[in-house]
Amino acid sequence: MVKPSRSYRVFQGVNGVVLTLVVLVTLYPFVNILARSFSGERQIRAGEVTLLPKGFNLTTYEIVFQDSMFWRNYGNTVLYTVVATAVAMVLTTCYAYVLSKKHLKGRGVLVGIAVFTMFFTGGLIPNYILVTSLGLKNSVWAIALPNAISVFNLLVMKAFFENLPTELEEAAQIDGLNTYGTLLRIVLPLSKAVVATMVLFYSVSFWNSWFSAFLYMDRTDLMPVTVYLRNLIQGATGGGNAGAGTEQLSQVGANIQSVTIVLTALPILCVYPFVQRYFVSGVMLGAVKG
Amino acid sequence: MSTSTTSAPPGTEDPPPAPAAPRRGKRDPARTGWRRALRRDWQLYSLAILPLLFFLVFRYLPMIGNVIAFRRFEPGGSIFGEEWVGLRYVQMFLNDPTFWQVFRNTLWIGGLTLLFCFPVPIVLALLLNEVRRRSLKRFVQSVSYLPHFLSIVIVAGITMQMLASDGPVNHLLGWFGHEPIRFIQEPEWFRTIYVGSEIWQTAGWGTILYLAALTTIDEDLYEAARIDGANRWQQIWHVTLPGIRPTMVTLLILNVGAFMAVGFEKVLLLYNPLTYPTADVISTYVYRSGVESNSFSYAAAIGLFEAVIGLILITSANQLSRRTVGTSLW
Repeated sequence: MVKPSRSYRVFQGVNGVVLTLVVLVTLYPFVNILARSFSGERQIRAGEVTLLPKGFNLTTYEIVFQDSMFWRNYGNTVLYTVVATAVAMVLTTCYAYVLSKKHLKGRGVLVGIAVFTMFFTGGLIPNYILVTSLGLKNSVWAIALPNAISVFNLLVMKAFFENLPTELEEAAQIDGLNTYGTLLRIVLPLSKAVVATMVLFYSVSFWNSWFSAFLYMDRTDLMPVTVYLRNLIQGATGGGNAGAGTEQLSQVGANIQSVTIVLTALPILCVYPFVQRYFVSGVMLGAVKG
Repeated sequence: MSTSTTSAPPGTEDPPPAPAAPRRGKRDPARTGWRRALRRDWQLYSLAILPLLFFLVFRYLPMIGNVIAFRRFEPGGSIFGEEWVGLRYVQMFLNDPTFWQVFRNTLWIGGLTLLFCFPVPIVLALLLNEVRRRSLKRFVQSVSYLPHFLSIVIVAGITMQMLASDGPVNHLLGWFGHEPIRFIQEPEWFRTIYVGSEIWQTAGWGTILYLAALTTIDEDLYEAARIDGANRWQQIWHVTLPGIRPTMVTLLILNVGAFMAVGFEKVLLLYNPLTYPTADVISTYVYRSGVESNSFSYAAAIGLFEAVIGLILITSANQLSRRTVGTSLW
């Protein structure tokens, strides 16, 4: 290798500073929110809270934990995520497997049907009318069914299935397994990596989603925790703490949002370090084909 | 498509081909082909039924449902409306000053997003690519991906907390003796806030594909460039950037396609009546007039207009890039 020039060393130095700034700017809001969630009302109002909690207390956490609606909505989030992910996985796996069979007659049309929906969608109003007229409102199906297949995930999975060695499947069929048996006993056990990735993709997106529930649920006790948080935020901007509801809540309005943000993001932040690489590999797999 | 026996995989339960099999395709090839495909692969086709039903009901039916833009619709009635009214709703929105305001706002926010959120990941990826310490690179990557995984509600919540009158940004302004700014209530700040939080959330994740593309560039090309006397910048200009050009073009096309559909959910979370003059975009206007005010046909007409423009944009971006740089999505 050539000895690095002086200007290159300067560049490396600047680069280091820029990337450090990137890390700081990305992390600071998290740390600040965490610090606020443990801080006292007065210190937050005075703008004293930066990296560490000031006037440490757990009052706000206690108040949120005592709010039965918070737990209800948190439970709803878990329920919606599990049901919607299960539905999505079944449909996506089936279709991806079909699309991965290169010899299949009409495969091009089947791929086209899916891919076209990436570029043109019905839009909010027709979807809303459809879901309403199907009577899905106020049920988990309003969240699970309209979002059952993400075409991006479908293409990722299809790409993975296409790269599986065909010999094993052929051997299984000679041994008398039908298509369903081959998919369940041969293909899926070989595809644990992509199945895990897809479960993560779907469950994170359903955990994070709020708009479907906001649109299709009429009662507060059916909302997921993201909508609970949204109501807190909107209450705050609309002036006062109208969205927060109880008197107790408005007393600590300053950091109740921080506490709810922390609690909503917590599960994602906990699994993030372990699952991050699956996401990255999933995106790459999708990009190869996409 | 002829049904020659060449492609039949082993192990299928086909009856052995008749002696004259290769010639069989001559009589009505399509028909025989389908019958044969169905007999051989009916189990595969059966797996596609539920997913196809999904696409039909939840993707294509709403597309057809857009006809209510040209029909009178009654809540509780047919989802395709009651009777034709022609272009009444289209004329209505074309004569609606609010529509033109949200149209302008959409162009502004979409344009600014494209201008800032498209190049930032490229620059970040190039910078990351220059980091020699693997552990350091991995750490920066892991941190910068993080915001991508958070709910848009959390991002909106964090944004508001950061910009609150007692938040860090105003705290910082205070150091310079500046009066606190009520960012969330000021229309002139909305675009900055929107684009800023968008970069914060998406820049890191956006680098993944570029970093992958960067690793595929042949080291020999850099070696050759060095021998030709290229300095670092020239190497980036002549080797690195051409190497990631297909990725850049693909993502640019996708970004242009998403131009009109600016982050609907984020605007919905961040805006309020005070900031409507700059923040209200087509999709939020559609939501308010349709779902909140029950003017379904009117809202559907505007939504359809937006979707058609989006389709035109992505198709023309795709055509343009196929003609000029030879890369395209399809």
